[in-house]
Order: sequence, then C-alpha cells, then structure tokens
Amino acid sequence: MFDLMWLLIAIPLASGALLLIWGKESDRFGHLIGTAASAASFVLGVVLFVRLMGEDAGHRSQAVSLFTWIDTGTFHVEMSFVLDQLSGLFVLLITGVGTLIHVYSIGYMGHDERRRRFFAYLNIFVAAMLTLVLAGDYLVLFLGWEGVGLASYLLIGFWQHKPSAAAAAKKAFVVNRVGDIGMALAIMLMFAQFGTSAIAAVDAAAPGAGDSVTTALGLLLLLGACGKSAQVPLQSWLLDAMEGPTPVSALIHAATMVTAGVYLVVRSNAIFDASEVARTAVIVVGLVTLLAGAWIGCAKDDIKKALAGSTMSQIGYMMLAAGLGPAGYAFAVFHLITHGFFKANMFLGAGSVMHGMDDDVEMRHYGGLRTMMPITFATFGLGYLAIIGVPPFAGFWSKDKIIEAAFGENLWVGLGALLGAGVTAFYMTRLMILTFLSQKRWRDDVHPHESPRVMTWPLIGLAALSAVGGILLLGDWITEWLEPVVGHAEHHELAVPAIVLTIIITAVVLLGVVAAVVFYRREPIAAETPADSSVSIFARAGRHELYGNEVNETLVVRPTRHLTRFLVWLDGMGIDGFVTGLADRLGDTSQLLRKPQTGYVRSYALTMFGGVAVVVLCLLAVTLA
Amino acid sequence: MTTFWLLAPVMVIAALGLIFARKAVHAALALAVVMISLAILYAVQGAPFLFAVQIIVYTGAIMMLFLFVLMLVGVDSSDAVRETISGQKLAATVIGLLFGITVVLAIGQTVSGAVVGLGDANENGNPYGLAELLFGKYVLAFEFTSALLITAALGAMVLAHAERLTPRHSQADIAARRMREYAESGRHPGPQATPGVFARHNAVDTPALLPDGTPLASSLSPSIVERGQVREGFDDDIDKVVEQLETEEQRDRRAGRDGRGTDGFGGEK
Amino acid sequence: MNEYITLSLILFTIGAVGVLVRRNAIIVFMCIELMLNATNLAFVSFSRQHGNLDGQVAAFFVMVVAAAEVVVGLSIIVSIYRARRTTSVDDASLLKS
Repeated sequence: MFDLMWLLIAIPLASGALLLIWGKESDRFGHLIGTAASAASFVLGVVLFVRLMGEDAGHRSQAVSLFTWIDTGTFHVEMSFVLDQLSGLFVLLITGVGTLIHVYSIGYMGHDERRRRFFAYLNIFVAAMLTLVLAGDYLVLFLGWEGVGLASYLLIGFWQHKPSAAAAAKKAFVVNRVGDIGMALAIMLMFAQFGTSAIAAVDAAAPGAGDSVTTALGLLLLLGACGKSAQVPLQSWLLDAMEGPTPVSALIHAATMVTAGVYLVVRSNAIFDASEVARTAVIVVGLVTLLAGAWIGCAKDDIKKALAGSTMSQIGYMMLAAGLGPAGYAFAVFHLITHGFFKANMFLGAGSVMHGMDDDVEMRHYGGLRTMMPITFATFGLGYLAIIGVPPFAGFWSKDKIIEAAFGENLWVGLGALLGAGVTAFYMTRLMILTFLSQKRWRDDVHPHESPRVMTWPLIGLAALSAVGGILLLGDWITEWLEPVVGHAEHHELAVPAIVLTIIITAVVLLGVVAAVVFYRREPIAAETPADSSVSIFARAGRHELYGNEVNETLVVRPTRHLTRFLVWLDGMGIDGFVTGLADRLGDTSQLLRKPQTGYVRSYALTMFGGVAVVVLCLLAVTLA
Repeated sequence: MTTFWLLAPVMVIAALGLIFARKAVHAALALAVVMISLAILYAVQGAPFLFAVQIIVYTGAIMMLFLFVLMLVGVDSSDAVRETISGQKLAATVIGLLFGITVVLAIGQTVSGAVVGLGDANENGNPYGLAELLFGKYVLAFEFTSALLITAALGAMVLAHAERLTPRHSQADIAARRMREYAESGRHPGPQATPGVFARHNAVDTPALLPDGTPLASSLSPSIVERGQVREGFDDDIDKVVEQLETEEQRDRRAGRDGRGTDGFGGEK
Repeated sequence: MNEYITLSLILFTIGAVGVLVRRNAIIVFMCIELMLNATNLAFVSFSRQHGNLDGQVAAFFVMVVAAAEVVVGLSIIVSIYRARRTTSVDDASLLKS
C-alpha cells in the first residue's frame, strides 16, 4: 500500500503536464482535471495516513525507493520517498488545503482566459511540494525545493502583462536563489562530511559529527530556510509576491511553500539538536521576523500585504518554536498546520472581498462589508479569532504552546513572543475594522457582492478547520505522534503555572484588540492613505517594510553593481583587448596580404611570369655553378 | 641564312606591333605577318609539311577565327585608355626584359652549335618521315588529339549556345491573347488604323477618318500629336485637286456659272 | 643555330609581355598564340639540330592543341561578351571582394 505513495506526486504532476500540453480544447474542462488530480492526491493521502495510524509506533516511517537517481563513484542518490508522521501531516495539509484552493480558484479565475495554465501551474506546485516533504534524500528534497520555487515564480508572475508582477516574480526568484546557495552548500557539505545526502543517514551521522560541522550545516540550512520562508534577512520578496493571484498567495505564500523552511528545520532536527549555535540563530531569526512582520502588518493598507506581513510574523513564530529544539518542534508543526488553515482561509476571504470590490486591494476603500458579504465576513472572522489566539480557536492552542515554550527557553524570547501576540491582535483587529466594520468608504460605482458558491464553500471548510484545528492537541496527540521523528521533549517547569501564563497571553491579546478598537473607532477613517509625513515614524518604517529593500539596495545591489561594472571594464580592457587585439593584428596582416589580390587576371599572370623569370635565373645559376 | 636575316627583323617588328597596336584588327594583321614568316622559316628549316600546316591551320583557320570574333564583338573595341592596374606596364616591361635577356644569354651559353641537319630524316620526303612517326611512335597521342578536338568542338557549341529563357509565342497564342483581351477589356483585336485611311493624304501626320468623317487620334503617332503637327483643314486641298483634274471645258463652264467677269478668263464664251 | 632559338625566345618574351599589358581579351589571346608559335619555331629548329623529326611532330601536336584551345577560348570570350558587353579582361575581376 505504501508503495503507492509515489502516486501522490505523480497524479498532480501528470495532470499539470497534461494541461500544459493539451491545447485549447481543454480550456473548458482543464480546471476540473486539475482539481480532480489534487483531490485524488488528497484522497490517497488520507488513505495512506489512516494506514499509517494503523501501524505500530515503530513502523510508522515507511520508505520507498523508486530508482537510483545518481550513481557516480562514491556518490549514490536514491529517488527515495519517506512517509512518516511528519510528512504524513504535511501531505494532508498540502493536498487538503490545496484541493480547497483549487476549488476556490475555479470561481476566482473563472474569467481569466489562461485559467487552464493556472491550474497546470497549481498542480505542478502541489507535485513539487509533495516531493519536498516526502523526500528521503536531501537532494530529492532540493528537487522539490526548486520545483516549488519554479511554481512560485510562474504563479507570482502569472499576470505577466503587469510589469509589477513580472518584477515581483523575478525578485522572488532571485532572493530565493540566495537561500538556495545555502541549501546547495549544505548538501555538498553533507556529502563531503558524511559521504551521503540521505536524510536518515545524515540524521544518524549528525550527533557524532564535530560541533563545527553541525553548526555550519545548521547555518547553511537556516539560510535556505530563510530564503524559502521569507525570514529576515531574506524577507523582502514575500510582500511583492502578493502581485500573484490571490489563491496563489493563499496556497503558496501563506499555507504551504513558505512553511517549507520550517519543515526543513524540523526535518533536520538531528543537525540542529547537535548545534547550540545553529539553534540560537534560528531563534533569533524567528523572533526578529516575528516582530518585523507584525510591525509591517500594522502599517500596510493593502489587505494582501497586511496579511503577508502577518504570514511572515506567524512563520517567525514557527521558526522560533523550531529553534527551541525538541521542546518546540511539535508546536512548530502544530502552528504551521493551524496557520495553514486560518491564513489560507483569510487570504481566500481577502480574495473574495477583492472579487466583490473590482480587484481593489486598498483597505481604506473598504468598510462596512459585513452586511454585503456575510459568508466571507463570518469565515474571515473565524480566521481572525484563530490567528489572534482567542480560545478555543485553533491559533490559541498552537500559539499559546509556542509562547509557553519560549518562556521555558529564555525570559526575553518569551517576552518577545508575547509582544508579538499582542501586536498580532492589534493589526488583525485593525484589518477587520477597516474591511468589514466601520462605515462604508467605497466609491458609488463599486457594487460589493458575495462571491459564488464555488468560492464560499472552500472558505467555509477552511473556517471550520480554523475553528476546530486545536483538536489536534487533544490529549497531546500531536506531540506524541511526532515524538518518533523530532525526539522527546523535556518538560520545563516554568516559574509560573501554565494556566497563569495562558491568562496573561489572553490578556495581552485582548489589550491589542482594545487598542485597535480605540485607535480606529475613535475617529472616521480616511479613505486615502495619509501621507508619510503625517504619520509616526513607526508607521512610516512599517510602510516601507522596515526599509528592507533599501538595505538590500545599499548592502547588496549597489556593491554588486560596482563590482559588475569593474568586471565588465576588466573584461573589455583586459580580456577583450587581448582577444580583439590579436584579431586586429591578424586583420591588419590580412589587409597587407589582400593588397596583391587585385582580382585582375593580368596581375596574377605577371606574378607567374615573374616566378618563371626567377626559376630561369635559378636554373641558370645552378647550371653555371 | 639570308631568309632568316630578312625575316627576323620583320617578325620582331610585327610582334611588337601586337603589343603596341591601338586597334585589335591591326594586331591581328601583325600576328598574321609573324605567322606567315614563321611558315617560311619552317620551310627553310626542312619542314615543308609544317610550312603547309602553318599556312592552312594558323593563318587560314585560326587567324580567320580571330578576325571573325573581332567582327562579331566589334572591330573598334579597343583597349580602355586608362590603365586599370597601377604599375602593371612598368613591371611587365622590367620582368619581360629580365626574362628575355636572361634566356637569350643562357641559350648562348648552353646550346651547342653542332647542327646535324635533316638530310637523313627527310630521305623519303618530309611528310613520309612525319607520317612514320605520327602513326608509329606517336599514334596514341595522335588518337588522343582527335578526342581533344571533338571535345573542343562540343565545348564551343555548348559555350556559344544561348538558352531561350521564355517560351516562344506562336501565332495561335497571340491570336488567343488578343481575343482574350477583347473579351476582358474590349480592346480592339485587329491592327490599329494607319494614318491617312479615308483621308485625302496618306502622310503620317494625317489622321485616319472614321466613317462619319471625324479624325481618329489614335491612328497618329503620339509624338506628332504632342508636337502639334497634325494636319487639319482639307477644304483648300480639295479645291486644288479638283482644279487639277478638271478638263478645260469643265473649268470654263464652272467659271461661267460662278459669275462672269470676276477673273481674267471669264466672259470669253 | 643560336639565332633561330634567340628569335624564338624574343618572340616568346614579346608574347608574354603582350599578355601582361594588353586588356582586350582577344589581343591577349593573340599574344598567347604568338608564344605558342615561338615555341614551335624552337621545336623545328631543335629538330633540325638533332637531325630527327620528333621536334616537328611536337610542333604539329602544339598546333592541334592550339586550334582546340582557340576554339574554346574564343567561344568563352563570345559568351562573356554576350553577358557583359565587354571583352576587357579587367572587367572580369569579381574574384576580388
């Protein structure tokens, strides 16, 4: 049965290829094929997962090797896939949320004439993401890693006629390459040190390796994870990536692909467990991103960008949790799953709002939409409650656990995470007020309306999951389920009882909500974004994404450009100068030789006659001598 | 020897004429002089057969061919005045002199003066001796020359033959085209009316007349119309012609009818 | 004996120089004929010097070959003239760029 896991990948991949190859005839039903492929993958995933639950705890890691991919000398790579407790959860998340988003896209992309291509890309993304999580070898994982990068590039730039979308796609691609360098170097280092890149073998070898090796590996993998998961300092591409169609933002840039970095850290837990430095780096990156993302989320007026900031922030939570070691891995995955539910839900909700508002993304042009779009409002509201962590919704359980574990690690880390929770409540409440509550601010020629049912049903499904996602924690199921993969967590005794901390967290969240209400209910909201000069320095920094692009420009782009210019100059003067100089000299010589070649037969005859004269002279000289 | 010393300067001068003659025909004549002189030198040197062949083949056939082509191409097709390649003449002269002086000097050094003479070889007559060699020792080469001559003849035919590029129009084709044009554009299928038809004159400046007496412009050359030289006004001419044709009696009767006493001739009868 | 050979060489040299300085293809051709005739004279003279007829046979073959050459050469000149309306050898200089 588990031998069939390759079908999980093969079905959407075949469907994607089919949709790309099949011509215009498939325009009418291509989206159905794509959705069916994703759904088939989901059904198979569920069956496999149930089978996995039926196995003994010791036999829940099922490996399949399809064929030998690379076999050169001592380097041996199997095209192997592993379905275990961790990847099983991911398969369900990817195919489940993926299928819902496929369904949603049928409606959302209904008027786009390139819908078939869109579904082909989505299918390719699903296949690549499944390759990533099922991989039994880091090189296979890298294959999926690059595959999702490609799909992300294609989908961000799907509306390629917009220069901004094309630029955003390029930016995402380039920034991801920086992370991929880390990933590639890590795999090379693994091979150099362990002679293999198989995940199981690396896991086995990591504890015995030297501290410097594991630290280097951990930092390189973290660099890769930062690129893919939009963590500081490689965060700049995610906000621009919102140029893509909203279902793409929901699936790739909220629910699944951007969490691949977290998956990578959790999957490589053996390496991070062996290196204190690498783990601390993960915590720092996670904490910084958490706060930076929340900050940006507070300042953006573009609904998708605000949500993107929130995504960064939530992935920061996951990274933070993953950096906490065995105590946090399970919670990182747990938060990842619940976040997948409620963030996909909210992105799709945002897409539904945009759909009703003529693709306007400016929140200041919304307001009072709760009556116009009741289903969207209700589902979005559930997502909202989940993300800010109101009990008993999904986000409460996962975030609470992370903050608790953070306090177990370090007081300051815990305080940072707590602050993040409060800010999250603030910016999400702001988003809710601007969009659904408050007074109407849209223009008269806009007619907000509820989206068609094919779009609302996925919303309802995801909203339900956002509401009850916390059930996974029931009886500590998820921690026990993941224990064979991520290791046993030592229980930390906190200075205060857990229930007190929970109350404090909830209080901070409520404080954030109240602050937002006070701030945005007090006075009428301007329909236009206030000028930069009229807002506080904090808001200004947030709007400019904490000057991340400017930092990149100054620290990376400009020096690189100077270096390039120097190299071009060197190339032109030195190398080209030598090569073309050589060619020029040859040309000059040829010019000299060309002169006698007049093309006149008489001058050739003259040469010949001269030659004869010389030969006669020579003969004469020889004879006389 | 006298023959040689008489002919040698003539030949050198004629050969130089080949270089300096402005016109190609003069050059050809100079060459003919050289060739005939050569024939005589052959005869002097015991080669009567070659003497005949030289006259027949070279002077008779080849020089005629040259002249024929010259006429074909244009007799006065002389060299362009300007020298195309700079320094060609000077270099050619220098190298020619160098070569000539060298070989002449070399011959003086190397060729021995002992002359056997052809007395024995021409014992049975020169053609007989030659025939023995040609059909004996050199028979293979002789046969090859026949192949060469056939090839040359075929080659000349191929080279001089001009391929027709467009199909030939037969009379039927032309007639069919005219009728088609008549059907399509109404253009008259027959020949145009020539000047002077039905008119008093048949000169090229007199338009043909239509049955109703109006002139037909298209019967005239456009250049005549353009220059305004179309002849018009026939009335006077008619009178003159009538006058010429009348008998004296008719003229008298007409004069009497027209009004007596109006001119010198009237009123006599 | 030497004077015949000397005459032959002088005629040959004049023919060669003529080939080099004349531009009319027909005259160039005539100069080539002159060179051939000069060699014929040498052949005949050597024939007499050596006392056998082989030299005359060689001269005979030269004449045959010259006849064939003239036929082909003149037809080439005619076809060039038909295509280009010129018989100048310098106009047929398209081998130059």
